[in-house]
Amino acid sequence: MSLILDHVNYVYGGDTELAVRALKDINLVIPDGQFIGLIGHTGSGKSTLVQHLNGLIKPTSGTVFFNGEDVHDADYDKKKLRSKVGLVFQYPEHQLFEIDVFSDVCFGPKNLGLPQKEVELRAYAALKQVGLEDELFYQSPFDLSGGQKRRVAIAGVLAMKPDILVLDEPTAGLDPKGRDEILDQIAKLHEETGITVILVSHSMEDVANYVERIIVMNKGAVLYDDVPKEVFKHYKELEQVGLAAPQVTYIMQTLKEKGLPVNTEVTTIPEARDEILRVLHA
Amino acid sequence: MLRDITLGQYYQADSVIHKLDPRVKLVATITFIISLFIVQNFVGYLIAALFLVLAIKLSKVPFRFMVKGMKAIMFLLLVTVVFNLFLTPGEPLLTLWKFTITKEGLRTAVFMAIRLTFLIIGSSVMTLTTTPNSLTDGMEKLMNPLKVFKVPVHEVAMMMSIALRFIPILLEETDKIMKAQIARGADFESGNLIKKAKSLVPLLVPLFISAFRRANDLAMAMEARCYRGGEHRTKMKPLKYKRRDAAAYGILVCYLALCITANILL
Amino acid sequence: MGIIKTDKLVFEYIRRDEEGNVEGITRAVDEVDLDVKQGDFIAILGHNGSGKSTLAKHINAILYPTEGTVWVDGMDTKEEKHLWDIRQNAGMVFQNPDNQIIGQVVEEDVGFGPENMGVPTAEIWERVEESLKAVGMYEYRKHSPNKLSGGQKQRVSIAGVIAMHPKCIVLDEPTAMLDPNGRKEVIRAVRALNAAEGITVVLITHYMEEIINADKVFVMDKGKIAMEGTPREIFSQVERLKELRLDVPQVTLLAYELQKSGIKLPDGILTKEELVQELLKNR
Repeated sequence: MSLILDHVNYVYGGDTELAVRALKDINLVIPDGQFIGLIGHTGSGKSTLVQHLNGLIKPTSGTVFFNGEDVHDADYDKKKLRSKVGLVFQYPEHQLFEIDVFSDVCFGPKNLGLPQKEVELRAYAALKQVGLEDELFYQSPFDLSGGQKRRVAIAGVLAMKPDILVLDEPTAGLDPKGRDEILDQIAKLHEETGITVILVSHSMEDVANYVERIIVMNKGAVLYDDVPKEVFKHYKELEQVGLAAPQVTYIMQTLKEKGLPVNTEVTTIPEARDEILRVLHA
Repeated sequence: MLRDITLGQYYQADSVIHKLDPRVKLVATITFIISLFIVQNFVGYLIAALFLVLAIKLSKVPFRFMVKGMKAIMFLLLVTVVFNLFLTPGEPLLTLWKFTITKEGLRTAVFMAIRLTFLIIGSSVMTLTTTPNSLTDGMEKLMNPLKVFKVPVHEVAMMMSIALRFIPILLEETDKIMKAQIARGADFESGNLIKKAKSLVPLLVPLFISAFRRANDLAMAMEARCYRGGEHRTKMKPLKYKRRDAAAYGILVCYLALCITANILL
Repeated sequence: MGIIKTDKLVFEYIRRDEEGNVEGITRAVDEVDLDVKQGDFIAILGHNGSGKSTLAKHINAILYPTEGTVWVDGMDTKEEKHLWDIRQNAGMVFQNPDNQIIGQVVEEDVGFGPENMGVPTAEIWERVEESLKAVGMYEYRKHSPNKLSGGQKQRVSIAGVIAMHPKCIVLDEPTAMLDPNGRKEVIRAVRALNAAEGITVVLITHYMEEIINADKVFVMDKGKIAMEGTPREIFSQVERLKELRLDVPQVTLLAYELQKSGIKLPDGILTKEELVQELLKNR
C-alpha cells in the first residue's frame, strides 16, 4: 500500500509561450502510516502536487502509482482512488452545502454507493473523529463557528475512510487556539488509526512539532525531503526560498556561533530548553 | 478547467481605433449594425464591407481574432441560411427532392449570411479594441441623459464593472469547489439530465453563499471608502472627446449617408 | 482627547432563530474605553470572536454603539452629519484581499476613494501616485488586481485608503489570509506609514510577532479589554496570554520556560537577538 510519483511533470498554459512548468520531475514515495509535512510558499507548486495525488490533475508526463497501479490507466476507477486518497482543500468549509452537518458528511460515502446504514455509521464515526459535539450534528453547517465548520469539512472527507489524508493548509485563517486544536486532532487521528497524513503548510513552526518527514517544495521541484532536523539544518537556504526554519533553530544556531556549545539539531521548545539547561549547567 | 474561459477579448495594440473614445466606438458599432439592415443591394454591402475592412486595418488586430467570434454563431448562421434558402417562396431556380430553391430565397440567404457575419465581425472590432472598463465608462456617459427618466445609469455601470472584476474570481472559485466535491466522490459528468441537474446542487449552493459573502464584504469596503452613489463623484479618468473622435464621427456620418444614397439610387 | 476615543462602548446584537424569534442578545463589545494618541501604533489582539473586529468597525462608523460613545478626531460617530468626514479620516483595511478591491486596474482601485470624495481629477492622479509609491506598488499600477499575490493585494488596499488622506487607518486582520512573506510585506508597509507619514495605526491581529513594534497593545476577550500595556508588559504574562487563547512567539515561550527552570532572564523577551544576548550573560 503506497503512493508513488515517478518523474511527474506538469505544464499548464498548453503549447503557447505562456506555458508554465508547475511541477518539475517529481519523484516521491509515500509509504503507509507516515505523517508528512509538505512545505512551500505560495506558488511553489505544492497545491498542484496534491491534486496529482488523487488524480484530479493528470501529469503532463510521468506516472502516479497507487498500490502499484497507474491511476491514469483507462480502466482505473478514479472514484475509488478519491475515496482512498482523501483530499481536504484549503478553506474546505466553503464546500459545505447540505441542510445539516450530518447530511453534509454523508455526501462523500453516499457518492461511493454504500448502503444507507453504512453511510450513516461512517458519517457518525467521522464526526466523532474530528471531535465535534453531538448537539451540533443536526444544525445547519452555516451556523457553526469557523473552526467547527472546518472540522465538519474534514469529517466529510474522513467519512470516505481514506488510507491517505491530504490536508491543504488546514489551519489557514484560524486563530492560534483553533489552529492547535485542528493540528492536535489530526495528530491524534494519525496515532489512533495509523492513517497516512500529508499536511500542506507554509509554516515550518506549525508542522515541526507533528511530522516525521518534511518535503520542501520550491519552484515546482522538491528541494529537500528528509526528517525535520535534517531539513532545518538548511535554514539559510530555506530563508532564500521564502521559508523559515522555526525560531528555535535560529536561536540555537546563533548561540552556537556565539560560542555556547549547544546541539543545534533540536526542533521543539522543550528540547531546546533542556539542551540550553544542559549546556549552562555543565 | 473553467479557468480557461476568458471574458472580454481585449487585444492590446497601439492603433487609432484603440485610442478612440469608447463612446465613438459604441455609436459606430450601433450605426454599423443599423446600416446592415438598411441596405438592400450589393452596392450597399460593398460599402459596408469597405468600411469594415478599413476599421480592421486601422485597428492592427490580426484578422483571425475577428473570426474567432464566428465559431459561436456558426450554427445559428447555418440554420438561418438553410431556412431562408428553402422556405422563401418565389421564382424556382433548382429543385432537390421536395425542396425548392428560389431566386428570392438565394438572395435573402446570401444577404442574411453577410449581415450576420458583418455584425459579428463589426462588434468584435469594438470588443477587441476597447477594454471592458472603458466600455462601461462609455455606456455610462452615453446613457447619462436617461437619468432624467430616473434610470439608475451610474448604478448600472457600477454593477457592470464590479461584475467584470468578480467574474474571474468566481470562475476560479467554481473550479475549486468542483474539484473539492469531485474529491468527495461527486460526479458532474455522467447520468441523465435530471441526475446532472441534481449533481449541480453541491456546486451551486456553496457558490451562491460565497457570492453573497463577497457582495457583503465588498459593499462594506465600498462604504468605508466613502462610496455614496454617483452624486458628488469625480472621475479619475474622465472621458474627453479629442480631434480624432470628431473625425471619426465625420467618417461615420459620411458612411451612413453613402449607405442611404446607395439604397435610394440603386 | 486623542484621535480615537471610546467611552464605555457597548455593542449588542440580537440573535434570532430560523423563524425570526429572538433567541437572545449577544454583547460583542462590553464597556470598552480606548484613547489613542495621534501618531501612535496601536495593536488590538484577541482570538476569533473576542469582539476585536466589531470594535474596529465602530471606528469607521460602519457600526454604531448600542451604548456609550465613539469619537474620531473629536467627531461623535453617531451624528450623521459627520459620517463622510469620519470615513475619510479613519480608513479601513479588511481581511479578505479579494473582496475589497473594486477597480479592475490597480491605479483605478486606488483612485476609487478620492473619486467618491469628489477630489479633482488632476489631484486624484497625484494622490494615486504618492499612495502607490508609499506601499511600494507603483510599478504595478497598470496591472489587474487578479494577477497579484495576497500581500500585494493588501498593499493596494492600503494605498487605496491612504489616497483618501486619512488621519488614522484601522486594519482588521489584514494578514490572516496571507502566507509568511505576504504577512511581512504588509506589516512592513504599515510600519513605514506610521513612521514616515505619522498616520495613526490601529492593527487588529492574532499574530503576536506583528505587534512587537507597537506603542501600545490591547488584548480583548469576551468583548472586554483583558490586558493593556506595552508589548514587553504583555509578553511577560505568558500564562495569561495562553488563557486568552493567544499564541506566544517561540522566543518568548522559550525564555519563559528557561526562566521557570531557574535561569535568570528579564521578563517579556521579544526577539531572538535579545534572548541570545541574555543567555550568554548566564554563561
